[in-house]
Amino acid sequence: MIINILTYYQVIYCKMDSVNNLVQIRKIICHHKRWDLIFMITGIFALMIAVLTFIALFAHMLFDGMPRISWEFFTSFPSRRAESAGILSAWVGTTLVMFVTAVSAVPLGIGSGIYLEEYAPKNFITEIIEINVTNLAGIPSIIYGLLALGLFVYQLGFGQSILAAGLALALLILPVVIVATREAIRSIPITIREGAYALGATKWQTVSDHLLPYSSAGILTGIIIGLARAIGETAPIITIGALTFIAFLPPFPITSSFPYFSFEWLTAPFTVMPIQMFNWVSRPEEAFQLNAAAAGLVLVVMTLAMNGLAIYLRYRMRKNIKW
Amino acid sequence: MQHNQEKVIEQFQFKSEVKNLNFYYGRFNALKNINMVLHDKKITALIGPSGCGKSTFLRCYNRMHDLYPGNKYDGEIILHPDGVNILASNVDPIEVRMRISMVFQKPNPFPKSIYENVAYGLRVRGIKQRAILDERVELALRNSALWDEVKDRQHDLAFNLSGGQQQRLCIARALATDPEILLFDEPTSALDPIATASIEELITDLKNKVTILIVTHNMQQAARVSDYTAYMYLGELIEFNVTDTIFIKPKNKQTEDYITGRFG
Repeated sequence: MIINILTYYQVIYCKMDSVNNLVQIRKIICHHKRWDLIFMITGIFALMIAVLTFIALFAHMLFDGMPRISWEFFTSFPSRRAESAGILSAWVGTTLVMFVTAVSAVPLGIGSGIYLEEYAPKNFITEIIEINVTNLAGIPSIIYGLLALGLFVYQLGFGQSILAAGLALALLILPVVIVATREAIRSIPITIREGAYALGATKWQTVSDHLLPYSSAGILTGIIIGLARAIGETAPIITIGALTFIAFLPPFPITSSFPYFSFEWLTAPFTVMPIQMFNWVSRPEEAFQLNAAAAGLVLVVMTLAMNGLAIYLRYRMRKNIKW
Repeated sequence: MQHNQEKVIEQFQFKSEVKNLNFYYGRFNALKNINMVLHDKKITALIGPSGCGKSTFLRCYNRMHDLYPGNKYDGEIILHPDGVNILASNVDPIEVRMRISMVFQKPNPFPKSIYENVAYGLRVRGIKQRAILDERVELALRNSALWDEVKDRQHDLAFNLSGGQQQRLCIARALATDPEILLFDEPTSALDPIATASIEELITDLKNKVTILIVTHNMQQAARVSDYTAYMYLGELIEFNVTDTIFIKPKNKQTEDYITGRFG
């Protein structure tokens, strides 16, 4: 430190001697660059902790679970015998629950986001709502499970069903969708918005012809990130009362007689991937642990695929938009 | 009788009259008691140092301030021939914007095709027939001197155009709907000198077709293109006259100082 200060003074006092001056400056630069190096090494180390941990977990799961992955694993119901147990009811349940979640959270979330961003008067009440929407994203998921248990399962009488689970997860990801919608709309330059209004467009014309199309990439990314979070949620689903062992599928939504579709599957009991996994992990037999690893592998691949899709869509849809 | 008739004729030469216009951003009085006129099918330039309220005044003309909370108009902007006060609270700002178009400081084409950019104003007005849209889009592109450059790629993205072309596209978009007044908010400040020259030429060509109000930072530009010039300072209209008079023999000392570059 003292040497450092001294060198500085030397620089100032050696101004007459320009060659000497240059040498001093190089010394100082070299000294300062040492901090660049130190920070870089620390940063790489920190990054490696995160990346290596994930790779180790994933590799372990891959190693354990891969041998169990087969066509039968996807088409079999859970069984008491580990070798013949599969995840059919779990992945069908997860797909259906995600469908309900998407169908209910997407219109609600986008609608709320647009309203808050474009229509809501900028006043105290709006501000409180905005703050709370952001805070909702941080509430533990089990609280949503309890809310859903009280409201959907008992009060509204949906029972321990796909509908109740889908709606619970929809509540959970609603803040994510709202915030993503608002951020996406807000990233559109104000000049584009004014350009639309200046041509005589109404608010709705501006929203539907401009703001929504231009922000769709961001909104879609938010939806997929939200769904990717919901797909792995266990706590609220357990709270609602998903079965851990289920050896039948919900009724098929398309029927042979008029009106050719049925909503019976909504009220059917179900299980989902993380619960199936949890069930297998809690078994003492070694063979079931391998099943859990395989199910975990499928779940991780599903989540990564969704995130990949989000990245791809963002890239595709942003290609024509530059600001 | 004779006198009366003259007055009527004079009234017809005015496209718009501004009477005692005050404008407030919240409590801040941004425009103070502005009185001026826009001559029909002439170009009026607004000059003055940054923050003097030129753009604020321009944006009163298409009620752009209505988009943001806390803004208040006071006074009148009368639009002839019907004599409606476009600032009146019972006048729908959307109706005003349908009559008065605006070109912004930075080219702001929509991320759509060239064709769709120009057609948007027409679509908003409920025009759906392809033939009419095609015709009006072509006319607007011709009027904005862009047709020859883009006629074979009307369905390309507007972002692929150069900055100057984008700004001419924005002018085409504003012209397509046949506005009564065309507002320009420093239309060349984001452009290079060659693109600026082409935009200025275009604006001069548009004279006699539409009434134009242009805000500019560039005094030479005001001198080159406009018929009338208004000098504003700190929210007040200091001097308003024929452009030549303003630039050659300004009556006000402040105007003279600004124009000769002694200040601003």
